[in-house]
Order: sequence, then C-alpha cells, then structure tokens
Amino acid sequence: MSYHWNFASVFDNWWALAIGVVGTLKLFVVCLVIGMSVGLIVGLGRRSSRRPVRWLSTAFVEFFRNTPVLVQILWFYYALPILVPIEVSPFLAAILGISLNSAAYSAEIFRGGIQSIEPGQWEAARALGMTWLQCMRRIILPQSIRRVIPSLTNRGVEIFKMSTLASVVAYVELLQQGKLIASLNFNPLEVYTVIAAIFLIILYPIVRVTYAVERRLARSD
Amino acid sequence: MYNWDFLPVLSESGLLLAGFRNTLILTATALTGGLAVGLLLALARLSHRRLLSLPAGIVIEVFRTTPPLVQLFWFYFGLPIILSVEMTPFLAAALTFTIQSGAFFAEIFRAGIVSIEKGQWEAARVIGMTHSQLMRRIILPQAVKRMFPSMMERSIELMKTTTLVATVSYADLLYEANELAQKTFRPLEVYTVVALIYFISITFISFLAARLEGRFARSGEMTR
Amino acid sequence: MSSPILQLNGLAKSFGGIEVFRNIDLEVNAGDRIAILGASGSGKSTLLRCVNVLETPNSGEIAVDGKTVGSKQRSGALKYTERELCTLRQKVGMVFQQFNLFPHMTVANNVAEGLKVVKGIASDKARGRAVSELQRVGLAEKADEFPSRLSGGQKQRVAIARALAMDPEILLFDEPTSALDPALVGEVLSVIEQLANEGRTMLLVTHEIGFAYHMATRIVFLAEGGIYETGTPDDVLKNPKRPLTQQFLADHQRFHF
Repeated sequence: MSYHWNFASVFDNWWALAIGVVGTLKLFVVCLVIGMSVGLIVGLGRRSSRRPVRWLSTAFVEFFRNTPVLVQILWFYYALPILVPIEVSPFLAAILGISLNSAAYSAEIFRGGIQSIEPGQWEAARALGMTWLQCMRRIILPQSIRRVIPSLTNRGVEIFKMSTLASVVAYVELLQQGKLIASLNFNPLEVYTVIAAIFLIILYPIVRVTYAVERRLARSD
Repeated sequence: MYNWDFLPVLSESGLLLAGFRNTLILTATALTGGLAVGLLLALARLSHRRLLSLPAGIVIEVFRTTPPLVQLFWFYFGLPIILSVEMTPFLAAALTFTIQSGAFFAEIFRAGIVSIEKGQWEAARVIGMTHSQLMRRIILPQAVKRMFPSMMERSIELMKTTTLVATVSYADLLYEANELAQKTFRPLEVYTVVALIYFISITFISFLAARLEGRFARSGEMTR
Repeated sequence: MSSPILQLNGLAKSFGGIEVFRNIDLEVNAGDRIAILGASGSGKSTLLRCVNVLETPNSGEIAVDGKTVGSKQRSGALKYTERELCTLRQKVGMVFQQFNLFPHMTVANNVAEGLKVVKGIASDKARGRAVSELQRVGLAEKADEFPSRLSGGQKQRVAIARALAMDPEILLFDEPTSALDPALVGEVLSVIEQLANEGRTMLLVTHEIGFAYHMATRIVFLAEGGIYETGTPDDVLKNPKRPLTQQFLADHQRFHF
C-alpha cells in the first residue's frame, strides 16, 4: 500500500481537462433542454384524450425507459445513418440518445406531477370558464412543477452523469479527455480519481440543494 | 429505401445469446452483492455512532454522484495499481456495480426503515426487544414490502447500467453486438435486435414486478 | 414491608431546553393503581414514557424492585445499556394510545412475538400462551386475523394482551382510549377494570376522570412541571385543595351532562 500518488502528471494537462469540461457542459445543457421540453410534451401526451397520441407517447416512454442509454447512443451513431441520409456526429448521437432517454423519464415525472393535482383544481378552473390550455398553463402546471422540482433536479444530475457515455463514440468530453491523458502518461489511477472528483465537486452541491428543497416541499405540503 | 436483412444476425445468434447470458450473470452478481452492501450501508448510515455513519454516508454520496463509467474505469484501470493485483473485466465490473447499486439500495433501505412509524419501534422496545431483534423482526419485514417497487426499479437500472462493461471488453450482450456489427457490416440490424432484446426482457421483468406488487398490496397485512 | 416495585427519584425531563417536569418523586407499591391526570402539555405521557426509558430522563433515578436502573457516568449522568433496558421493559409493560400492533403479523403472533424473541419460549408454547391471553381480553376467535381486520377497540385489547403475555410487574397505560370511537371506549375500559380487580399494579394516563375515580387507588395531578397534588381519588377529585386542580376539574365537569 505504499503507492506514490502523482497528481502533477494530471494537472500538467489541465488544459485538456478544461476542454473536456466544456464538452461535458455543452452536451449537458443541450440534453437538459431537449430532454425536459420533449418530456413535458410527451408527459402531456400521455394524458391526451386522443387515443393515438396517448398510445404513441406511452410507446415512446416504454421504449426509451426499457432499453439502456448506451445501446441507444450506439444505435443512433452506427445504425441511424444507414436509414436516413444524414451524417451523425458523435455529438449528435450522444444528444439523441441522452435527450430522448431523459425525455422518457421526465415525461413520467411530469405526468406524475400533473396527476397529483386534486381534481377540484381542474373543476374550479373550468368553472371559471378557462379553456383546457389556460387551465393547464395557469393552474395545473405551476402547482405540479413545484412538486416535481426535486425529481427533475435528480434527472438533471443523471443527465450530467450520463454525458460520460458519449466517450464511447469518442465525443470530446471529460472522460474522453481523461482516457487520452491516461494513455499518454500511464497514470490512470490519478486521472480517474481527478475526474471522479470533478464530477463530485460539480454535482454534490446540486444534490445537497435538492435534499434541502425536498425537505422544504415536504414541510409545506 | 434500405434493404433490411436480419439473416447475418440470426445466423450468429449464438454470439448474442452468450453475451446475454454474461449480462445476466453480471446483473445477478451485482444485484446480490448490491443488496447486501446496501443493507449494511443503510444500517451503518442510520447508526448513532459517527464512526459508522460518516464513512457510510461518504461511500453512498460518492457512488451516487459520480458517473458509473468513471467508477468502472477507476476500478478497472486504477485500483490494480494500488493493490498491485490483476483485474479482470468481470471482477472490476462486479465490484463497481455492487458498490454503485449498493449505494442506491442503501438509500432505498434507509428511506424504507425511517418510513416505519415511531410507534412500531416503541412497541417492539417496550416488550424488551434489543435493537437487532426489533430491526430483524419488526422493522425490516415491513420496510421491505414498502421498498419493493423502488428496489425493482433500481434492479432494472442496474441491468441497463451493466452495458457499460462493454467498454472494458467484458463479453456482455452489447460487447458481442459491437463485435457482430463489425463482422457482418450490419450495424442497423444488430443494434436494433440488441435494443429489442433489452426492451423485451426489461419489459417482462417490469411486468412481473408489477404483478408481485399488486399481490403485496392485496394481502391485508400491508395496511394498518 | 417489601420495597416498592417502582421508585422515581427526582426525575426531570426537558426537550430542547424547554422543561417538561422536574423533581418528580413517586413510589409505586404492589397493587397500586395510580391515575396520572393533568392538562394537555403537563407532561403526563412524557412521565410515563420515562418510566420505561422510551424517553431518557435528563436527571433523576428510576429504581425497579429496589434496584436503580442505569450506571453513573463520570459526568454524573446515568447511562442505560441496551441489556438493562431490555430487562427493565420486560418488567414494565406498556399500552399505547395508537395501539402500535405489528401489521405484518397475525393477532396471535403479535402477542407471542415477545415470548418467542425476547423470552426465548418455543413457538407452540408461546402460541398457547398468546391464545390464553387473547381469551382473557375476549378475542381468542381473532387469533389468526391480521390487525387491519380489527376495530380500534379490538386492536387495543390485543395490545393489552401483548403486554400481559410478558408477565410484567407493572403496566403502563398511555391514554389507552383517546384514539377510540366513543362507542368503543367501554370495551377497553372494562378490560382494564378487570385487570384492576385482579390486583395488578398499574400507572394510567387518561382523560376519563370518572374512570380514574373508580379504578385508581391514588391520583397524581401534574401541573407547573411537577406533582401538583396527590392523594386518594376522594381527596383529589372530590375535595381538591389547590387552585389548578380545582380549575382542571371544573373545566372537565363543564362537559359532563
């Protein structure tokens, strides 16, 4: 157990890690935005009165929840270009895989949130003469989003962690840069320790805030 | 229009089957280990002794907030350097996913345990039970029933996470798919088939879980 | 004269700096039936819960059969080991306001659980004992039901059987009828009355002043963080000497028609 840790060999390459962080953040933000918005639409679709809409949203959710993200990313990267004549970059493949997967999960979160609002709220809003859309936008969504904030934040953290999977198709993000540094300097132990620490430093404060929000919401409800 | 041809994939289905078998073996190993580790971590975390609760809390938080792929690389490429032992892909994966799922299971166990009403703890105490007796006989049996849905969900997550081992060349379903895609030049068919295999098996497990859950809910002893 | 079954010496309890009571001295002899009364928030339940250390007293001593529970630390505070508490609690049975039956066990197993796990009695023997305790509270025919199928009154009677099965020297009742439908109060009180007639030693926290009057050998009235007035039911409930006791009784009589 007398291993001599040498972190200098990692920090000498801080520039490469910084590029990785930027790549990770870029992927994260895009996937977060697409994932949450598609999730909201699909979540609403699952409660639609039109059967085909309901059926399609359910199929979407079930399919993307019941297959591994990594398989989805590889499918979009290697298989999709065969079907449609577009070039799929590693970035695009990762966006498609992670966003759609997250959309399926957040759809369930939004659906649960909307379902948790008492029917009396709908009835009161409809009794005032609001349309379905007004009801949803002014009365139901504001209340349900408050309730699902902790779950959505959790989802956000999961998306951030999932971004590492993009390294499998060689998208330049933190882990991919780590692999590179490790292969050049033969210091995988230090590299992966530092990368784990970077994720911890970025994500742990968010996790703590989520706990606090959860507690506050639990008290106010 | 693309001409689908599943024949090359089907003729090599033995490869995928072997990969699927390895996926199941890894999942079962990590699940068994993860449940045990999770229960121990949860009990340690709930302990009044800081010497137990603090390290348990750190392990839980670290393994929940860092990406599993980073953990896997750390265990596969990093750990052997400290321990100066050789690490096989299976060992690294089993270790990573045991601890990683253990951290998530620990939070499920903990939530389940603290969800049991104070009165149950007190009723067990006042007939003279020790802490371990009341845990074993009164609290855990009730908590496990409440935790069942989250446990199943987590186990399914675990099965999906095991695909990451393909990156360290453990011959799981996804790894064999990569091999097959390169061999047959039929990535579309291969990855579609693999996605379907995961989809069908996970949907089937979810279905079974929902059935079991329904049975639990119906048996009267669930409610007070 | 043998030593008292239970002795509290200078017991004090506070929660987060707010004092519930201090300097409680109480002696319970075999056959005593003490009703603890007081306004809500006067610490009745807390006092009862200190007796079997569900709440740890901040200071003071508890002695059972003349033997002080716990061991003195260097700081002067008492420390209670798990083993000591388990022994104490086998001698002191408790019945809760909310029954607290184990929902995952049948009625008979609820009663037999302590016999099997704590006393190490074989399963079939424990079951026999459980059924005979259930008979005593009139619920032998419910032995194989789950608690969720019982009424509140029946649940409380099972809880009493569970406490009795352990052969306690003293029984604590913490507002045993407060969670019950008015129509179900009678069946529980009559079981407690039957135990009183058998000469069991008990401490009872209750709001049923009439019941306390008929059943208790002594009344303890808690107010101002201590024992405010104590004596026979006739003394305290018919001729209260001190103003807060008089006030309390007047408040309660207002609702007696």
